[in-house]
Amino acid sequence: MAARAREALAGIGTWVTAAALAIDLLLIAGLLGLVAWQGAVAFWPRPLVALELRDGTRLLGQVEEREAIPDLQTGRHSGATRTRLRVANRDLGGADFVWIDDADVVRSETPPEATSLERLEWGPFYGTPVELRVGERVVAGDPPAIWAAFPGLHREKRALRERLRGIEKGVIGDLNHEIEQLRLAERRLERTSPPDRAAREAEIAARRGALEARYQEEVGKLDALRAELAQGELVMATADGTRHSIPLGQIVRAARPNALGTAGKLRLYAARVAEFVTGEPREANTEGGIFPALFGTVLMVFLMAIAVVPFGVLAAIFLREYAHEGWAVRAARIAVNNLAGVPSIVFGVFGLGFFVYGVGGALDRWFHADALPTPTFGTGGILWASLTLALLTVPVVIVATEEGLAAVPQGMRQGSRALGATQFETLRRVVLPAAAPGLLTGLILAMARAAGEVAPLMIVGMVKLAPSLPLDHHPPFLHLERKFMHLGFHIYDVGFQSPNVEAAVPLVFATTALLIALVVTLNLTAILMRNRLRHRLAGRGF
Amino acid sequence: MSGETAVARGAPPPNPAGELVIEKPSLRVQELSLWYGASLALDRISLDIAERRITAFIGPSGCGKSTLLRSLNRMNDLVDGVRIEGEVRFAGRSIFDPAVDVNALRKRIGMVFQRSNPFPKSIYENVAYGPRVHGVRGRAALDEIVESGLRAAALWEEVKDRLHESALQLSGGQQQRLCIARALAVEPEVVLLDEPCSALDPSATARIEELLLELRSSYTIAIVTHNMQQAARVSDYTAFLYLGQLIEFGETSAIFVKPREQRTQDYITGRFG
Repeated sequence: MAARAREALAGIGTWVTAAALAIDLLLIAGLLGLVAWQGAVAFWPRPLVALELRDGTRLLGQVEEREAIPDLQTGRHSGATRTRLRVANRDLGGADFVWIDDADVVRSETPPEATSLERLEWGPFYGTPVELRVGERVVAGDPPAIWAAFPGLHREKRALRERLRGIEKGVIGDLNHEIEQLRLAERRLERTSPPDRAAREAEIAARRGALEARYQEEVGKLDALRAELAQGELVMATADGTRHSIPLGQIVRAARPNALGTAGKLRLYAARVAEFVTGEPREANTEGGIFPALFGTVLMVFLMAIAVVPFGVLAAIFLREYAHEGWAVRAARIAVNNLAGVPSIVFGVFGLGFFVYGVGGALDRWFHADALPTPTFGTGGILWASLTLALLTVPVVIVATEEGLAAVPQGMRQGSRALGATQFETLRRVVLPAAAPGLLTGLILAMARAAGEVAPLMIVGMVKLAPSLPLDHHPPFLHLERKFMHLGFHIYDVGFQSPNVEAAVPLVFATTALLIALVVTLNLTAILMRNRLRHRLAGRGF
Repeated sequence: MSGETAVARGAPPPNPAGELVIEKPSLRVQELSLWYGASLALDRISLDIAERRITAFIGPSGCGKSTLLRSLNRMNDLVDGVRIEGEVRFAGRSIFDPAVDVNALRKRIGMVFQRSNPFPKSIYENVAYGPRVHGVRGRAALDEIVESGLRAAALWEEVKDRLHESALQLSGGQQQRLCIARALAVEPEVVLLDEPCSALDPSATARIEELLLELRSSYTIAIVTHNMQQAARVSDYTAFLYLGQLIEFGETSAIFVKPREQRTQDYITGRFG
């Protein structure tokens, strides 16, 4: 009897463990599948539905979800359903979404002329085009004529916008940079007071005068371009017939989703995805692209890798190859493993105190005294964020490298020593190359961990919106002191801190999918590198 | 085969070498004792290793034969907790002299291990490794060393067309000959072989034995083996060790035909071991 029970229990054990694994796999697959699917469809054009309600209200919008209305008394389903409709037109109605009882709908159709406009401000606009005007002149007065004239006009406006941006970021940015350099030079003169101070100050004043004149000139050009951009508007009618004119310069993209074929939808989808990946955010990050965040994340991870590899690898080599096993080495290992368990925000606080205020403050006093009290390195920046993360991930690298070193057969070391090679030569020429795959594994894990880490970065230099990328054409090109944007924080910011959270949900999914894709890409690259290395080291016979 | 057996220090046989006189010893082991931590692995061993001859160390597992071999180029230095007394004289001085550069010593006394241990590099790089470490530069010089090393190890004809492929693709016997080539490439005077054939099949073993007989004219060779026939076939002198002590040492023909000690007789005829 007892034997039977024990056998039955053993069988149950197998099933329980297998079920636990299956549930884990399902959860992971479900999470990744959800993110990948939602991220992929976020930019797919969906139909615009025109609804007429029982009370005569007309609405035009995109169906977001449909749910059963629970009976408040019984808590059971009453059989009725309601629909959440994205009606957009935030500048008119105020709210992006409305709930409609499906029982109130008397008519529902998808009119082919329904148009969705993506705008620089106020989010999308849903309606039907009525008139295209330039100044007082009506260029086109009915939809076919409007759609004939619109692309050309719109292209002109887009080109204008590009030029404006080019001047703002290019020439004016350069002028500001030079003026700032002059200000710093002046501060230096004040501080050091060299004998020829007066002459040099006069020179600076003259150069500043010239720069400011050029600046005014460029601003004049900008104003002219802006005036030109403001010309022309598209008059739209909303579902209830209200007319609203939208400046052409504000329109990012116009589409009639109901009239689009598959090819047209694909083109629109591709354009939106391209904007998402390469564009800059607008409307408090809830629209536009995420390129600065993508760039910031990648750059930060690479800087972290550059910092963490030497430290982690050297420490692991010492522990495994040079140090004699004893209580000190064991204590060091325990410390390293515990370091991996410290909450990441603690690393952030340490980074703020040590790197930002300590090291950064010292750097400012020594090298950037002219700019004080404005801190240069004494405030959060991408360098400090990378170093903080390097500290966070160094245990991972140490452990993986140690394992890699331990896996190199002793026979190989002895073979090298028996030929008269020193320990260092053996390490450099035999052991390290053979342990390189293990080392790469550590780096992969560290990079994956770093790419997904957000909490510590919030206090050492990550921001919601960075004015400029850490890489540009001003020497020294790579600006390690600059603040940066990060995909992980972007998800938090857009998804939970933006003024219009619901409207930003697709963007959150897309950003999440991109972050996961980035981590997977980093991992796959490193895994491929590792496998090639292994193959090269081992040959076929291994 | 590091011989961890604890042995009480008893009296060794009064004269294991009998009447044997070696004319030109390359290495002279004198009263060599070795402890791993507290356990005695070699007990006052004294023997001479003849120049350009093959000396075989035989004995049951744990008798200390590998330990003795590894003492001759100070490979035991790499093991924690080893203590050594006595002397090994090579080229006129003790190899344990603090002034001796151990890496230079190992260049002159090379070693081949029981399990072939080629580096995970190309065949060429394996052979060129030693010379590179000792400062040989230049493609032409290295090419020549690699070729002569591989020829000396009778491997050249088999691998000359794939020198830059991974050494790990070679068969077990080829890998072991590559390790011999690698040891010969630094031009040692003495080559120590620690059971070089124990992991090989009979035909690969035969090739290595042939090779050893060829190398005999240019190198002093000491070989540890647990294969009696191998010791009888290739060696000029044989040392029989048992429980850390040298029981008998003499010309191979003498040891195998009429050993003086009963224990040698028993071991050779397979009564224990």
